[in-house]
Amino acid sequence: MASQEILREEPSRGSFVNDPRIRGLFFQTLVVILLFGSIWWIVHNVIENLQRLHIASGFGFLKSRAGFDISDTPIAYTSDSSYFRALVVGLLNTIIVAVAGIVLATIVGFTIGIGRLSQNWLIRKICAVYVEIFRNIPPLLVIFFWYSGVLAVLPPPRESIHLPFGSFLNQRGFYFPRAVWGDGSWLIGVALLLAIAMAWFVVHRARQRQKATGQQFPVFWTSVALIVGLPVLAFLLGGMPLTFDFPKQSTFNLTGGFWVKPEFLSLLLALSFYTAAFIAEIVRAGIRGVSKGQSEAAGALGLRSGPILRLVVIPQAMRIVIPPLTSQYLNLTKNSSLAIAIGYPDLTATAGTVLNQTGQAVEGVFIMMIAYLVLSLVTSAVMNVVNARMALVER
Amino acid sequence: MQEHDMSWVRTEMALAQPAPAAERGAYAWVRKNLIGSVGDIILTVLGIAIVLWVVPQVINWAFINAVWTGPDRAVCATAAQGGIQPEGWTGACWAFVNAKFGQFMFGRYPIEERWRPILVAILFVALLVPMLIPRVPRKGLNAILLFVALPIVAFFLLVGGIFGLPLVETPLWGGLLVTLSLSFVGIAVSLPLGIVLALGRRSKMPIIKMLCVIFIEAVRGIPLITVLFFASVMLPLFLPEGVSFDKYLRALIGVSLFAAAYMAEVVRGGLQAIPKGQYEGADSLGLGYWQKMSLIVLPQALKLVIPGIVNTFIGMFKDTTLVLIISMFDLLGVVKQNFADPNWASPQTPKSGLIFAAFIFWLFCFGMSRYSMYTERRLDTGYKR
Repeated sequence: MASQEILREEPSRGSFVNDPRIRGLFFQTLVVILLFGSIWWIVHNVIENLQRLHIASGFGFLKSRAGFDISDTPIAYTSDSSYFRALVVGLLNTIIVAVAGIVLATIVGFTIGIGRLSQNWLIRKICAVYVEIFRNIPPLLVIFFWYSGVLAVLPPPRESIHLPFGSFLNQRGFYFPRAVWGDGSWLIGVALLLAIAMAWFVVHRARQRQKATGQQFPVFWTSVALIVGLPVLAFLLGGMPLTFDFPKQSTFNLTGGFWVKPEFLSLLLALSFYTAAFIAEIVRAGIRGVSKGQSEAAGALGLRSGPILRLVVIPQAMRIVIPPLTSQYLNLTKNSSLAIAIGYPDLTATAGTVLNQTGQAVEGVFIMMIAYLVLSLVTSAVMNVVNARMALVER
Repeated sequence: MQEHDMSWVRTEMALAQPAPAAERGAYAWVRKNLIGSVGDIILTVLGIAIVLWVVPQVINWAFINAVWTGPDRAVCATAAQGGIQPEGWTGACWAFVNAKFGQFMFGRYPIEERWRPILVAILFVALLVPMLIPRVPRKGLNAILLFVALPIVAFFLLVGGIFGLPLVETPLWGGLLVTLSLSFVGIAVSLPLGIVLALGRRSKMPIIKMLCVIFIEAVRGIPLITVLFFASVMLPLFLPEGVSFDKYLRALIGVSLFAAAYMAEVVRGGLQAIPKGQYEGADSLGLGYWQKMSLIVLPQALKLVIPGIVNTFIGMFKDTTLVLIISMFDLLGVVKQNFADPNWASPQTPKSGLIFAAFIFWLFCFGMSRYSMYTERRLDTGYKR
């Protein structure tokens, strides 16, 4: 009887203070109250400060005249353009340097990373020294090194260093011939697109045939022949519509050709050399992460070292490599904001100027944050697509 | 039937034979590592060419042709540039580093007060070294002294204004002093803050979780410069009129918050790697949330992510250089500022100064990464394959 009495009783809940649900509710309410309280306080202060300093608020300033010059303008821009256009120029500059940096860093990083796994002792050591040096130095220092240590002490334009293919290097930057496309050059572009489409088709058919019959087709060489051959053919048929505008030395400066300014050059070199050290480590870890049994099994099936690497090791290594590679790309994009230190007009630099001129700090910082967030999200979305294609398809 | 016993058992072990001549000695090593195939030979030649091209230039520039002492720029410039060196001379201008060494270390900290940062540095090393050596006992006391007592003592020693010490305002600080103090406080703040954020992100309370996710993802999505801009331009707007913040403190807040977001993601990785059984085991022992986390989960999780934590530290140490953009002078900032000194301006000055700064940064970062590798090996309890 007594035991049944006990069972019928409510289980002891302990004190009401110790109930995790009530505690959770209490703390969350507290946090929300504190948060809204501080937001209210901050907004109140901001409004008061802005009124006191006579600073307008809102995004109306974007339409007014910018009144400052920008040295690198990928789209038409004068000091009479609007603030909005200035910010767009900055954003485009950021994108240009980020994309170029990502491409260069990937090439250098993969080379160094594979070099660290080379059979060759000397190459291994050289690559290790590279990684250990660049990984442990701030990127800003590397930028300054290129900018004030290397490029600024080059000879003046009159004593430019001559490089192959009619290019020049001097204090004011790097000059190389600009390709001038004549009439009928659209044919080459069409040929290139056509060639890529045909190569894709060949790859597709070859894979189907190999699945069906086991016969292989020299896909790589056919594709190369198509992609190189067709545009060259179009080039010859179109009457060679390509000339070069070579940079020429005049009395004080170089004219003509394509001019890369030292700001861009040092930013690009520094960002890609710095990031390449990290990419190299990621690539090395990725390849080492594929167990040796995989390549031994492939060898036992009779594959040679080339196909082993291409068909067995690299696809598995890429699965390990891509997620950290994505965050390196994001880091490079964010580090491109260091441009402000050497005066390359990227988004941070132009937004900083706009912010100083108008005094609208809240809006300026807000625009910067949104722009970088969007850039980061786009980069990670692209890399997620790549990752999804590479990911292990489990049956 | 003949007594032929064909079975035979060897009674003594066969003597070990030396490896074949082709597999041992220097020549075998060279053949295996340098000239294994035609491709290998080409790579080796290429490598030797790179080494022969780079190393003599570097040694010539940094040691043989370098100028170690001198009063002003004349010793570091060629005759055409208004100096005493022969035409075509290139070499490091260590004389510049030598002359500016005090500034590189302390910035514009008054010379007669420089014993204060030196004393702080000595205290720091005296507390840090026993902390780093595993065999030295009393780690708890040591940690309290290093992370609680030292910052307080260092604050009063460096800022002064009491106990008869003259006040030294933070705008006078500079050089390695700023770099190290920013990173030390940043490290000491970002680790606990990052742990709290990571726990918040895995919390069951929806509002807390959402706030932590928003903070972490927003900070990780933007560059540090933007955060520093935010700290230097917007924090003053956020405060009531008349209340103002020290610029150094603003940079400190920016750097710490930035590092905390990255630290949170590293710690979250560790928390996710702990098997569910550990959490459930702690629950079944009747441990509360904080007991469960601090006694069971975090010690295991943090141990797993030591490399990530140290990488974040290294990243933050390197990132402190960015404070020069909001016009504060850390080591890199002071070095760069001194390029403009007309007394020392020469084509070799920037390169020498930057390489000196790079060497200092490299020493600290390389040291940290090696120590983390050592700790990782020491704490490796064999979970990993």
